[in-house]
Amino acid sequence: MYDKEKGLANDFLQGKLSRRELIKRFAAMGVSASAAGVILNMQASNALAADFDWKKHSGKTVKLLLNKHPYTDAMIANLDNFKALTGMEVEYDIFPEDVYFDKVTAALSSGSSEYDAFMTGAYMTWTYGPAGWIEDLNEWITDPEKTNPNYNWDDMLEGVRASCAWNGQPGGELGSADAKQWCIPWGYEQNNLAYNAEMLDAAGVNVPTNMDELVEAAAKLTGGDTYGIGVRGSRSWATIHPGFLSGYANYGQKDLNNDGGRLSAAMNTDVSREFHTKWVNMIQNSGAKDWATHTWYQVGTDLGAGKSAMIYDADILGYFMNGGDNKMAGKLAYAPFAANPDAASPTPNIWIWSLAMAKASKDKDATWQFLQWASGPEHGMFGATKMDFVNPVRKSVWADEMFRERLNSSYPGYVEMHDVSAPGAKIHFTPQPLFFDLTTEWAATLQKMVAKEVPVDEGLDQLAESVNVQLKDAGLG
Amino acid sequence: MKSNKRRKSFFSRAALPYVLSLPALIVCIGVLIPFFTAVFYSLQRFRLSQPWARKMNWGENYLNFLSDPGFWSTLKVSLVYAGLTVGLELLLGLGIALLLRRRSRVNNFVSIMLLMPLMTAPALAALMFKLMTNPGFGILSYFLTLLGIEDFRWGSAPSSALFTVVLVDIWVYTPFIMILLLAGLRSLPTQPFEAAALDGVPRIQQFFRITLPMLTPYILTAVLFRLLESIQQFDIIYAMTQGGPGDTLMVFQVEAYLNFFQSTNVGRSSALLMILWAITFVISNIFIKNWLRLRERARGEV
Repeated sequence: MYDKEKGLANDFLQGKLSRRELIKRFAAMGVSASAAGVILNMQASNALAADFDWKKHSGKTVKLLLNKHPYTDAMIANLDNFKALTGMEVEYDIFPEDVYFDKVTAALSSGSSEYDAFMTGAYMTWTYGPAGWIEDLNEWITDPEKTNPNYNWDDMLEGVRASCAWNGQPGGELGSADAKQWCIPWGYEQNNLAYNAEMLDAAGVNVPTNMDELVEAAAKLTGGDTYGIGVRGSRSWATIHPGFLSGYANYGQKDLNNDGGRLSAAMNTDVSREFHTKWVNMIQNSGAKDWATHTWYQVGTDLGAGKSAMIYDADILGYFMNGGDNKMAGKLAYAPFAANPDAASPTPNIWIWSLAMAKASKDKDATWQFLQWASGPEHGMFGATKMDFVNPVRKSVWADEMFRERLNSSYPGYVEMHDVSAPGAKIHFTPQPLFFDLTTEWAATLQKMVAKEVPVDEGLDQLAESVNVQLKDAGLG
Repeated sequence: MKSNKRRKSFFSRAALPYVLSLPALIVCIGVLIPFFTAVFYSLQRFRLSQPWARKMNWGENYLNFLSDPGFWSTLKVSLVYAGLTVGLELLLGLGIALLLRRRSRVNNFVSIMLLMPLMTAPALAALMFKLMTNPGFGILSYFLTLLGIEDFRWGSAPSSALFTVVLVDIWVYTPFIMILLLAGLRSLPTQPFEAAALDGVPRIQQFFRITLPMLTPYILTAVLFRLLESIQQFDIIYAMTQGGPGDTLMVFQVEAYLNFFQSTNVGRSSALLMILWAITFVISNIFIKNWLRLRERARGEV
C-alpha cells in the first residue's frame, strides 16, 4: 500500500524530483495535499533513520525551556515525528517573552539541571557563554558519530551561522576560526521595511530607498489617526538592535572601536551624529506619540491595525501582521532598505532565535539528538512550508520553489527583500560582556533626545563618555 | 505515677519555648542567609558574564556610587516618588475616611467599593492605565482631547511620566490608607468630641486639636507601611515604562533588577539593594520610635 507514493517521496528526498513535480504527480495519483504531507514526512523520517543511529538514546527524555513563539508552535507540531524517529520523549515549559529571559537567567545561573536545552538569542550567549552556562556545540557538530550525515551544517546562511559563534574575547570577531558555537540558529529576522501598500498608494508616496526618503515619506504619511513610521522606543537594548542599528551600520558606523582588545565608544563620530539627528527628527515628526513605550509588540500591532504606514523593524513582524485577523491583513508589502544612499546593499542587523545546550544538562548526547533534529533540514522545510517557521536559516529552504512561491503569493516583495539583504545580514554589534548595559543606555539616550531633554550632539558625547567609563571599569577599555 | 506525670509536663514545658520559637528561627535563617549573601556580593566585583574578573573589592561598589550621577538620580527619583505618592495618598485617604466616618449603610457600602483597586495587582493596574492612556484608543487620552488638551503623552514623555505612575499608585493604594484611617476614626472615643460640641468648638479646630492628634498613631502606621512599599516601588513603573523615558523613573528596584537580570552585574545590583535596605531601616526606625513615644504619651494622658 502506498508503495508508489512512497517511491515518489523517496525520489524527492534524494533530489531526483523537484517539489513542484512531486506535488503534480501526487495530484495525478489523487493523493490529497495533507496525505502527501504525511507520506513525505514519514519517508523523510525513514530516510533520516537509514543513515544514522537515531535510536541510540531511545527511552531518554529531554527537557526544553521555550519562548511562546510561532517557531515553538512549529516544533511542537512536528514533535511526533521526532519521537517516532528516536524513541525519545520531549518535555517542555513555555513562557511568554516578557519573563522568558529572566527565567533562563535564573535557571542557568543557579546551575539547575532541569532544562537540557533552551531557546535563546545570540546576544544572550555573550553572557551565557563566558559565564560557563552553555556548551560549545562544535564538539557535537564536527563529530560524525553524533551528528547525522544529512545535517548539512554548511547549509546554514553564513552570516547567521557566524553570528552565533564567538571566541569569548571582548571585541573578538563573530564566526572567527577560534570561535565557539554557543548556539545553533533556528529562525531569524532581518530588519527592513514593511509598509501598508494601500496607504502609500493613496498618498502617492513611493517606497523609500534611503534614509532621507524614509524621513520624507514618513512625514507625508503622518496625519489624522495614522503616523508614518513605526520603530521601537522602549528603554531597552531591543530598541537599538532592529531598524536603528541596521541603518546605522549601513553608514559604516560601529558601536565600539576595538584597539587590540581595548574597546571604546564609537558612536560620537560626525556621521553618527548626522544619522542620530535624522532618526530623532523622524520620530519626533512622524513617529508614534507614545514611541518611548513601544516594544516590537506595539510596532507590529500598530502596523496591523492601520495606525502606522510603515515599520523599519523585523521583517517577520510585518509577515505576521499580514495574516490572522489583523485589520490590514493582505495589504502589507515589503522592501529591502539601505539607509545610506551610497551603500551598495542593505546591512540589516539580525535577531536569531537559536537553540543552546545547558552545561548542567545531564545527558548532552541525547540533548544533541534533539537539537540536530530541530535545527535540521527536514524540520526546517516542514516548518517553513506547513507552519510559520520564517525566516528559515537554511539556504536549501530558501531555494525551495514552493516556499518562495508561497511567500510571493501572499507577501509581496518578501522573498526579494530577503535575497537582496541576506548577504549583508549579520549581527553588527561588537560582541562583549557589557552588551545589555551599553545598548540599554543607548536607548535611554535616544529617549532623552527625542524628548528634547538633551540635544543630539551633547547626548552622544555623554553616552560615549559613560560607555568609556563602564568599559574601563569592567576592564575592557 | 505522679512524679512521672510531673516529669513529662516538665519536659514539654522545657521544650515548649524552643518548639514555639522554631518557626521564627526558620524565618530568621531564611531571611538572614540571603541578606548576608547579598552583603557579601555587594562587596565584590561580580558580573556573571565575566566570572574571571570576580574578586573582593570591598567598598568600591559603594564608593563608585558617590561619583555616579545615575545613582544620585535613582536616589532622588525614589525619594520624590515615595514622598509624592505617600503625601497625596494620605491627604486623599484621610479626606475620604472623614467623609465616610459616620456609620451608615451607604457609607459602609461605599467604603467596601472603594477597596476594589486594592485588590488589583499593581502591575495589572499599570497595564490597564497603559491602555487607558494610549494616544490612539485610550479613554483617558480621549477625555483630555475633549478638554482641549491635545498631545499629552502620559508615560512616554519625561515631563508627565512621573505624574502618570504616581496616578496609578494613588489609584491602587489610596484605599489602603483610607481603610486604616477609617478604622482609626471609628474607634476613637466619643467623649472628647461630645465635650467639644457642647463647648461649641468649631469643626476645624476640632479636627486639628482633637481628631488629628488622636489619629496620629494610625496615620503613622499607614504612612510607615506605604512609605516602605513606595520606596521599594517596582511593578507599576516597570510595567509602565521600564524606568524610562531616559532615566526619568529609574527607582532603586528597577535599576537593581535591570542590573541583575539584564547586565548580570551582581555586585552593583546588591550594593544598590543594600542602600535601599539602609534607607528603609532608617525610616522604619524613626517611625517606630515615634509611634512608641506617641503610644506612651497617650497612655500617660489616660
